[in-house]
Amino acid sequence: MTTLTDPPKESFRLSMLIYDTRYRSTTFQVLALIAFLILIGWLISNTAQNLAELGKEPSFRFLGEPAGYDINQRLIDYDSQSPHLRAAFVGLLNTLLVAVMGCALATVLGVTIGVLRLSKNWVVAKIMTVYVEMFRNVPVLLWIVLVMAIMIETLPSPSAFRGADPEATLKVFDTVALTNRGVYVPEPLFSRSLGDLHLFGNSALNFNISLDLALLVAVLVAGLFVSGRIKHRADRIQEATGERPTTWYLRLGVVVIPVVIVLIALGFHLGYPELKGFNFAGGTHMRNSLIALWLALSLYTAAFIAEIVRAGIMAISHGQTEAAAALGLRPKRIMNLVVLPQALRVIIPPLISQYLNLTKNSSLAIAVGYMDITGTLMGITLNQTGRELETVMLGMLIYLIISLSISLVMNWYNERVKMVER
Amino acid sequence: MSDLSYVRTEMLPEQAPPATAVGIIGWMRENLFSGWFNSILTIAAVLFIYMVLSIVVPWMVSPTWEATSLANCREILAELGREGHFSGACWGVIRERWIQLLFGFYPPELYWRPILAFVLLFVALAPVLFAEYVPRKLIWFSALFPFLMPWMLWGGTVWNPIAVVAGFAIAYFVYKAVDTAVGSIAAMIAAVVAAIVWWLVLLGPVVAGLSSIIPLGFEVVESRQFGGFMLSITIGIVAIVVSLPLGVVLALGRQSDLMIVKAICVGFIEFIRGVPLITLLFVASTLLNIFLPPGTNFDIILRVIIMATLFSAAYMAEVVRGGLAALPKGQYEGADSLGLNYWQAQRLIIMPQALKISIPGIVSSFIGLFKDTTLVSIIGLLDPLGLSQGIRADANWNGIVWELYGFIALFFFVFCFGMSRYSMYLERKLQTGHR
Repeated sequence: MTTLTDPPKESFRLSMLIYDTRYRSTTFQVLALIAFLILIGWLISNTAQNLAELGKEPSFRFLGEPAGYDINQRLIDYDSQSPHLRAAFVGLLNTLLVAVMGCALATVLGVTIGVLRLSKNWVVAKIMTVYVEMFRNVPVLLWIVLVMAIMIETLPSPSAFRGADPEATLKVFDTVALTNRGVYVPEPLFSRSLGDLHLFGNSALNFNISLDLALLVAVLVAGLFVSGRIKHRADRIQEATGERPTTWYLRLGVVVIPVVIVLIALGFHLGYPELKGFNFAGGTHMRNSLIALWLALSLYTAAFIAEIVRAGIMAISHGQTEAAAALGLRPKRIMNLVVLPQALRVIIPPLISQYLNLTKNSSLAIAVGYMDITGTLMGITLNQTGRELETVMLGMLIYLIISLSISLVMNWYNERVKMVER
Repeated sequence: MSDLSYVRTEMLPEQAPPATAVGIIGWMRENLFSGWFNSILTIAAVLFIYMVLSIVVPWMVSPTWEATSLANCREILAELGREGHFSGACWGVIRERWIQLLFGFYPPELYWRPILAFVLLFVALAPVLFAEYVPRKLIWFSALFPFLMPWMLWGGTVWNPIAVVAGFAIAYFVYKAVDTAVGSIAAMIAAVVAAIVWWLVLLGPVVAGLSSIIPLGFEVVESRQFGGFMLSITIGIVAIVVSLPLGVVLALGRQSDLMIVKAICVGFIEFIRGVPLITLLFVASTLLNIFLPPGTNFDIILRVIIMATLFSAAYMAEVVRGGLAALPKGQYEGADSLGLNYWQAQRLIIMPQALKISIPGIVSSFIGLFKDTTLVSIIGLLDPLGLSQGIRADANWNGIVWELYGFIALFFFVFCFGMSRYSMYLERKLQTGHR
């Protein structure tokens, strides 16, 4: 007779936490979590102890106190009696302003340079290579301070524009004044203005939106929408009949004509900069710091965008172009219908991350005295209130929110254009 | 029967291609003047190059090397009949200040120390960068160099670096001892604990004791005397060396199946990548002392290096993660089917390939980090840009722009361009694909 031996009893031993693969990962995770929590707790207790010794209690009440400093470049009303919160808001708007301007210019420059670098013309391609290598391999901070220094040292002072025979003259048909105190460009004015829309009442974050501008944007968006519908209809007709109706004049008309009508109705004209006393009056005054930051960031980022565009176009295999040519498409349509749609899929994600880099690099504004969120909240407000913990944390949080929202847009785009694979 | 047809029995000799299709003329026809548009583009580009060179070259050729101030430069140039903005460069500022731009306010009699450290840096880099041309034994020197360099720059007793290295030796011996007695995982934990106890608790008294018995060492140089390119290179090198392993660990953490570990790594990476470096430097200069135990006050350069390293590690982690994701799944499965455990698979199969794929990304984040060292001028350290503000504020050199910034830009360009070329060379060398 044989006896069945019982299988060894499944008793839990402590050593199984390490040696049994079923439990090991859990053990390590719990250990990691404990270590992490201890680290966080240690930092917090240190902070509390240090702050207690310094006699500072963490609080954000300072944000409501008057800031007491001026900000010369701003998009909304602000004076030195405004609270710190409003100063930070002005700074945030300035950050966004330079970021949007920089992204626009960098894209235009970058795409042009990237395409030219692929040009069959040897000299042009080499010049673009030199541009890219020059800007990519030198720190952006150096470009910013260099452009600033050039503007201050080489541009004429406003007084040079005075007199019957001035040393300096206005540029671009007498409308733009380049001076060492900044650049004065014509400003858009409306003689039959609709006025402003005041938002957020009396809170620290109140601001005005020009109704003229809002109306223009609304009309433009509506025009683009209608234009899109016309294209859609033309596509349908082409698929049904093979004939594509000519629509370009219709599509252009619905965008341009309403905008022109609105501009005339609002009495649009330009206000030109004029020399009054020792300085220019009228026009929009863009300070040196803004211009230097804008140009340097755009030129620097354009070098990276150029490389992205080049890599994107080169990533499309030659077979695609050849197949399209074999189908009888003309070079321009090959570009529009075959190469670009595929290249954009490669180009857009790194392009957006370059936008993100540009936005983060705009924090270097502090080196030239442009008052962005780093200059206001983490600069002067920090120095005046001595609240380093709160201001730096708040500043980081704001940057984090900006970055994460850009990342969200990127993920959404990636999901949308993802190639359907088997 | 007579032949009706003519049949050629030998080939005609090859004719040379037309003179317009080969050689320099052919090349020019193809690349420069292939159409009217291309020709216009070429001419415009050549004119542009001529214009730039006709301004830059005369400007650079300027006999102002001995000048003592900007006004002096202008006098020299005026004597030669050259006036205006671009009449000539003022090289006197470089002659007078280049030593300062290189070393900051480092004591002049000790310049040999950073110079020697810099030379040894290349000796230490050689086994890593050009492994096949140098003896393999030299890799030991490379491993020791990270401890040698800070000692050479900052000075102090020789027992400091030796004691720090001894920590690793202690960890090794503890591991060996416990491994035979108990087991490998316990040995690992024991080794880490032993090393940490040595570094945090025993190191101070032991070093103090040894240096009182045998006082060997260099004169101490304070951090605030550091400056110029020396500072940029120091911060850059240390942060680069430390951030790569840290980045690999973070990338593995992010790719791992362990949920909590993954969450911590993702949180860290996304946080660091979401904020500008300058805010982290503000943390280094104002907040780090608040986060650490009361009374801790350590060196500002060290604080900056820590922040730059963490910043770079987060970017490195994303680059390495890209490499890991690009590996075909078969590689992971192949490693599993060979019976390798996680660490063996990573070390022998996954990492060599993933790192090879991510070389361009790794090097470009090194370059980014090296360029970002200029940001320390904003929190008041005297790197070349920080020094340049002082030089431009000097009454003698007030108004200098191109010469100074050009010099600094050239330095960064040489380093960064060199790094990017090296990465291309490495890619070619490690190329195993069939083409």
